[in-house]
Order: sequence, then structure tokens, then C-alpha cells
Amino acid sequence: MYVTTAVIGAGHAGLAASHFLTGASVDHVVLERGEVANSWRHERWDSLRLLTPNWLSRLPGAAYEGPEPDGYADTSEVVDLLERSAKDVPVRTGVNVTSVRRSPEGYTLTTSEGPVRARTVVIASGACNRPVVPTFDVPAGVEQVTPFDYRNPSRLPDGGVLVVGASATGVQLAAEIQQSGRAVVLSVGEHVRLPRVYRGRDVLWWMHHAGIWGQRYDELDDLTRARRLPSPQLVAGSTLDLNTLTSMGVELVGRLSTIRDGAALFSGGLRNVAALADLKLNRLLDTFDEWAGTAPGERHEPTRVPESARWRLDLRSGEIGSIVWATGFRPDYSWLDVPVVDAKGALVHDGGVVGDGLYALGLPVLRRRGSTFICGIEDDARDVIGHLVRGLG
Amino acid sequence: MSNGVNVQALLDAREVLKGAPEAAQFTWRASSKWQHGVHSTTKIQKFFGLGQEQSHKSESVFEADHPEIFAAEDNGVTPIEYLLVGLAACLTAGVASVAQNRGIKLNSVESVVEGNHDIRGILGADSDVRNGFNDIKVTFTIDADASQADVEALVAQSQKRSAVFDALTNPTNVTVEVA
Ligand SMILES: Cc1cc2nc3c(=O)[nH]c(=O)nc-3n(C[C@H](O)[C@H](O)[C@H](O)COP(=O)(O)OP(=O)(O)OC[C@H]3O[C@@H](n4cnc5c(N)ncnc54)[C@H](O)[C@@H]3O)c2cc1C
Repeated sequence: MYVTTAVIGAGHAGLAASHFLTGASVDHVVLERGEVANSWRHERWDSLRLLTPNWLSRLPGAAYEGPEPDGYADTSEVVDLLERSAKDVPVRTGVNVTSVRRSPEGYTLTTSEGPVRARTVVIASGACNRPVVPTFDVPAGVEQVTPFDYRNPSRLPDGGVLVVGASATGVQLAAEIQQSGRAVVLSVGEHVRLPRVYRGRDVLWWMHHAGIWGQRYDELDDLTRARRLPSPQLVAGSTLDLNTLTSMGVELVGRLSTIRDGAALFSGGLRNVAALADLKLNRLLDTFDEWAGTAPGERHEPTRVPESARWRLDLRSGEIGSIVWATGFRPDYSWLDVPVVDAKGALVHDGGVVGDGLYALGLPVLRRRGSTFICGIEDDARDVIGHLVRGLG
Repeated sequence: MSNGVNVQALLDAREVLKGAPEAAQFTWRASSKWQHGVHSTTKIQKFFGLGQEQSHKSESVFEADHPEIFAAEDNGVTPIEYLLVGLAACLTAGVASVAQNRGIKLNSVESVVEGNHDIRGILGADSDVRNGFNDIKVTFTIDADASQADVEALVAQSQKRSAVFDALTNPTNVTVEVA
């Protein structure tokens, strides 16, 4: 099979790429190892709702049309949205790409369904293919769970739960596990604190309209830092920051430094990561006020940090039955046989342009701060596919 | 505006070392000699970094002893107090550097570092008490041409990039051998 462009992955990024390729009459195929919206079907926990409100669920060719623009979709609604946007997309599902290598005409893809030759390739295989799990010496009796294995609290073994990581995933799982009646210890490193609502509007309304998410990658002071920024402490419906979790009974501890002789050792720097997040939150709210040209709105109680947070937790005492690693996700490029991945496993690209007809979509701050979110793909895909089409000459 | 920190040199070094992780490997060294009782003298001059032996302009000498209430001669500060010296100096350097980088003029930066220590641990009087500090508190008093929030941000950022803050708040593998 030969196509001008092979797109790898039928998540929202691959589908958006296809939309613009079709618009430019470029013959192409979208290769998907599973089904359309595979990660939303198989790699999310039961209770997950988008942290982005429905009115932000916009994709080329499909947008939220239901009665609750201010609601938050569950995973089946996200799957529906993606399926609608996939209506006219040439997707071949069940095609696993196992190798991409250079060829005289462009690239040769080896797939589970035979080879595909292409002049150009768009990598839309996702930024979150694998949960990141630090390698620590966890005692045998403690079960380890990643967000890909986790479905709901009832599937966890008995006993308390150490949730490691306090970004979007960690705070959600900590809250629901605590509410299920288990004692949760939450290990908190650097994090991004956000209230759900500011001055009566969803905080993402502000991010969107004040132009924060639209900030371009080539205009940021520190792009590397922006790309590594953890996801915000934000969930559907209401504020879920560390103070909310403390009120629910979750115990906060510092960043997990190591596990030594069966004991988890946490950093003594919890107070500072909380202070940094509080300061950054206030700076962000100041930015909103400046943009709105109005007097400052409400400010939030500083994060309450325990007087002396535990820095040692014996994992052999029976207190902890499982560890949930909410320590982030990373992409998987094990199938990419082109030397475009750096020593830390990140794809080297300039705003999605890798070079030699190779492109990427759906990575953090690919072209804008809002790149990873569903609502960020349309502008990115237009730019990246625009570059690709110009390259076809 | 200058606080006397050559931030450009630090930023340049960051760029260079991003591509040369070997050159970024430093070894700091102290050589210590027992004097008498619990008094020891530690000297520091040479270190290794940027791929070769380096040297401070001159040697520094540190006397360590215990106070008289511990029935010692008090020829110098208690070893654990040197940790406070390191923490204060490191955070202060951080405040100055971050302020320079952010264009904030500092008029004065003072701090008090307090380490709370239950000495029953080192005396072996109670095996549940640890040997080291129970907790440490640093209080900065800063006069700068900046808002309170900006000053707080300086102090927070200096902790984020502090070697000694990290060394004290996180465990480190320590190997002690007899040559
Ligand atoms: C837990 C979680 C919650 C999130 N919540 C939100 C939210 O609330 N709002 C929001 O806007 N964003 C959210 N995101 C971010 C983002 O929208 C999702 O990560 C989204 O899935 C990214 O879409 P994508 O198309 O880039 O990648 P994916 O959806 O991961 O799609 C990539 C596709 O490529 C396929 N693929 C990968 N490798 C191959 C291969 N070698 N061969 C063939 N096919 C391959 C995969 O099967 C998959 O279907 C969330 C992300 C996570 C992880």
C-alpha cells in the first residue's frame, strides 16, 4: 500500500490531522492499532470525567451539541465525540505499526497488516502511552497499581493506600479512594493548583479567553519547563486542591524520595512545593484580572500543610496495602526506527515539525500551551498539516 | 540593577552543561583531622569539576567541637551547626541569584536558621528519638524593591534550586569506609 501521508493513531490528534489532509486533498490513511478513541476506551478509570467543560470539546468536524455546555463528559461521551469526528476519516483499525524507517520515497511502515509506504508520516500516537513508574524497591506485600490498571477503589487490596503524585490523576484518585473509606496518604511533589471557578466562571474559561492556552511555543520564556509542567489539580465540577483533600481526611506527605529498607522516605520540602503552587496560582489570577482590566477577584486560603508531615512510612507494617503511581505518563516510540528521539525518550521537533516529512501532533505545548487538550488540536493540526502540504510542493 | 551575581555566566553554564553532562560532575572535598577530645579541624581547598582538578583561591579552615555544657572545650561550633551554615548560605545565594535574574534589587537579606534537635537520640537515651534535627526553620528578613509576593517567590524559588535544602530534605546514600 502506498499513501502520500500515513497518520499513526486514531485519537483526536490523528483524526484532526486527517480532517486537514482531506481539506487539502492529500491521500492518506490513519492507522490505529485498536479502535477509534482507543485510549479513552481502555486506558481510563471508571469514574473519569473530562476536566475540560463540554463547550471546550471541539474537534474539526465535531463539537459538543448536547444540552449541558458547562458539564463535563464521561469517557463514553468522549468516545462518541471522537467517533462523530471520525465519520469521514479513512481509518484502518486493528493495524499496529511496529516499525517506521526511512526509505528513498519517504518512509516504510511495518504493520501487523503488512507494509505501508508513505511520503510523509504524522505521529499522532499519543503522549500518554505508558504510565511512568519510578523504580523503587517496594516490599513484596504491597500491591502496585498504575492509572492504566486502576478502575475503582473496590479493586484495590485491603489496607491504606499511598497515592504518589498530586496532579490531575493523583488528586482524583486520592479523593475517590478516601471517600470509599480507605485511608489515603498522598505524596505531593511540584504541582499546579487551580480553583474550579474564578469570579463565577470556569477557570478554563479564563485560560481560554485570556489567551493563556493560546500562547505560542516559540514565544515562551522556558519551553522545556512549559513542556514538563504537570497537569493541573483540576477535576470535573468542583475544586479539588490539597486543602479539599485535607478536609476529606487525606494525609499529605512530601515527594517520595526513595524506598529504603521497606520504608518510603518523603522529602521534607512539602511546605515549599505548596508555597510555590500558591504563589503561581496568585500570579495566574493576577494575569486574569489584568486581562479583564478589573479589580482583583477572590483569593484562596494558602495550602494548609501539616505542622510536621511524616517523612517516613513503613510499608511493611500493614498500614499500606497498595501504592497508586500517579506519577505521570510518557509516550512510547519503541517502534520508531528513525533517530529523532532524545536520550530522555522525547521526540525532537520544532512545533510538531520533526523534519524530512515527519510530523507530530498531540504532545505537550507542541505549538501552544493548550496543545495537549482536545480543544487545542484544531489550531495545531491546521499549522502542522499546513507545513506538510507545503512540503509536498 | 545589580546584586553582584553574574547570572549570565550561570545561564551560559546551564546551556553548555545541558549538552555535556560529564563536565557537570563535581566532587566537593573536605579533609578532617582529629585534634583532641571532640575537637577536630577540617580544611577545604581543592575540588573536582568541569573535568579537572580545581582549587579555591585559598584554603578555609573549620574548627568543630562541642560546647562547654557538653563538658567539651568549645574550640568551635558543633558539627550539626555546620549544616545550618550551609543551609543559610545556600538559600541566601539562591535569593540573590534569583533576584538578579528577575531584576529585583536587594537592599538587605538576613536570615535566622533554627534547627530543633532532641539530643536524647545521640546520647542513646531513647531509641525512638532520631539523631539528627527534628525540624529546621529558616526565617528571612528581606528589604528589596519588590512586593511581598515577589519576595516570597524569591525565597520559594531559592529553595527549589538549593543544593543544601535538597541534601537536608531528601535522603542521600552515604558510604563511610576505613582506608
Ligand atoms: C488520564 C487522562 C485524562 C485526560 N483528561 C483530559 C481532559 O479532561 N480534557 C482534555 O482536553 N484532555 C485530557 N487529556 C489529554 C488528552 O486529551 C488525551 O491524552 C488524549 O487521549 C490525547 O489524544 P491523542 O490523539 O494525542 O492520543 P491518544 O488518544 O492516546 O491516541 C493515540 C492513538 O494512537 C494509537 N497508537 C499508538 N501507537 C500506535 C502504533 N504504534 N500503531 C498504531 N496505533 C498506535 C493508540 O491506540 C491511540 O488510539 C487526558 C489525558 C489523560 C491521560
